[in-house]
Amino acid sequence: MNAVAEFANVSKTFATKKGEVQALAPVSFQLHADEFTTLLGTSGCGKSTLLHIAAGLETASSGEVLVDGVRVDGPGRDRGMVFQSYSLFPWLTAAENVEFALKGLGLSRAERREIAHEQLRLVGLEKFADAKPAELSGGMRQRVGIARVLSYRPKILLMDEPFGALDAQTRIEMQELLTEVWESHRLCVLFVTHDIEEAIYLSDRILVMSARPGRIKDDVRIEIPRPRGPEVLTSPALMEYKESLTASVRAEALA
Amino acid sequence: MRRDSRRGLFHQVSARDYWVWGGSALAALFALWWTVTALQLVSPYFLPSPAAVLGAFTELWGDGTLQGDLAISLQRIAIGFSIATLFALPVGILMGTVWRFEAAVEPIVDFIRYMPAVSFVPLTIVWLGVGEGQKYSILFIGTFFQQALMVMDNVKRTPREYVQVGQTLGMKTLPLLGRIVLPYSAPAIWDTIRITLGWGWTWLVIAELVAAESGLGHRIIVAQRYFHTDRIFMIIILIGVIGLVIDQAMRAIDRAWFGWSRGGAR
Ligand SMILES: Nc1ncnc2c1ncn2[C@@H]1O[C@H](COP(=O)(O)OP(=O)(O)O)[C@@H](O)[C@H]1O
Ligand SMILES: [Mg+2]
Repeated sequence: MNAVAEFANVSKTFATKKGEVQALAPVSFQLHADEFTTLLGTSGCGKSTLLHIAAGLETASSGEVLVDGVRVDGPGRDRGMVFQSYSLFPWLTAAENVEFALKGLGLSRAERREIAHEQLRLVGLEKFADAKPAELSGGMRQRVGIARVLSYRPKILLMDEPFGALDAQTRIEMQELLTEVWESHRLCVLFVTHDIEEAIYLSDRILVMSARPGRIKDDVRIEIPRPRGPEVLTSPALMEYKESLTASVRAEALA
Repeated sequence: MRRDSRRGLFHQVSARDYWVWGGSALAALFALWWTVTALQLVSPYFLPSPAAVLGAFTELWGDGTLQGDLAISLQRIAIGFSIATLFALPVGILMGTVWRFEAAVEPIVDFIRYMPAVSFVPLTIVWLGVGEGQKYSILFIGTFFQQALMVMDNVKRTPREYVQVGQTLGMKTLPLLGRIVLPYSAPAIWDTIRITLGWGWTWLVIAELVAAESGLGHRIIVAQRYFHTDRIFMIIILIGVIGLVIDQAMRAIDRAWFGWSRGGAR
């Protein structure tokens, strides 16, 4: 498998008023094409920090991230990001939020509209194209966020606990939707969560992170066949993975 | 007995509540004014009757004096306030976003803000004479520094995630400011403009009281010279009414343009 992204000894130390905080020990791993990889770890272990470094929103204290062999130096459209919250512009409609991502590509207004509507259709929101974010539920807003980022086809999709703020039922719906969308798009995803079941259901591969300073302590392949429906969430296979991953994560929480 | 479902503190005041309660309070105040003057409890030199104030209005409106004063005052505030706002917007936006700019400019702006604008009146007369430029300069001094600081605060409230969304889309500084920070802050900035415009009337009248040949403030000074307390009352009330009308118009525009900012969700 070819590596789309390579993290080479990436570490991060924040300088705070109380002194230095090492959020991330040097971590190294690769992301492969068409693979869904999840960073799993307790809160505060440095998952967001790692994702922000990959997005170019934060600089690494040491090491580097390479995308297709090129060193990451600031944000760029080859890496798309889905945030946990505050990500839709409240003054724009759902369709306009998607179109926003398509400006500057030399597309006409009509072409942008068409792509936006197509993307909204893929996430089941074509009827809400003209609704403002305030009129949408949390799950719907995150769907628009996903439609927006998919619209410009980044090489790598970075997702930082995108379903963290949703209620349990909506969360499961979103996991289903993301699985469906991903299985039809097949792109390189780096997903962040602290929810073990979510990680197993969505991923081809799970990187378990240690407590702060974060490092990769386990690299687990999830061999549950695709396409995966919601029944996977209650399957024995998932339970099995869950048991070992829970032990792995818990060891960290107690450490 | 039915209990009032809106007991306790912090209940939302409805439009109807405003009409009923606000209207009653205003009517009561007016009735008190009318009674005191009708019973001649106070000399009309101190407190003219409502009829006298209305008379002053019809008189000055009838001979065109009032229209002339009104026009020149509105023109002064329009020009002086617009100049201040035009400068305060970019300065405030840069102070709120670019740290070097904030570090360099904010202390100066903050310092000058504490100097009473009124105390600049003699200085501006020395510098600019008593012409229109001097009126604009007082409006500018009174408005610009407050606005710049308030706009800085307005844009600082832009959630970082919005800017990060733009950055991951490859947007550079100017587009980030123009297409994300400014649209997000626009409702708050509009509010800043609305509030500072209210204060602007104070600076205008002060400037006109001190040195002017026309305008509402000048008319007040003239009225005082001839003991026309009724005219003073009339002009003060008129300024209040104009302020209220402009304020309500700006609120209406706010509702029409920035409805999204009250949705609460993003
Ligand atoms: N800007 C920052 N300044 C100082 N410390 C930070 C900063 N950002 C994150 N941290 C610290 O780094 C650690 C990892 O944070 P984060 O990456 O957000 O964790 P996670 O996303 O896994 O919950 C936390 O202890 C957090 O307090
Ligand atoms: Mg996080």
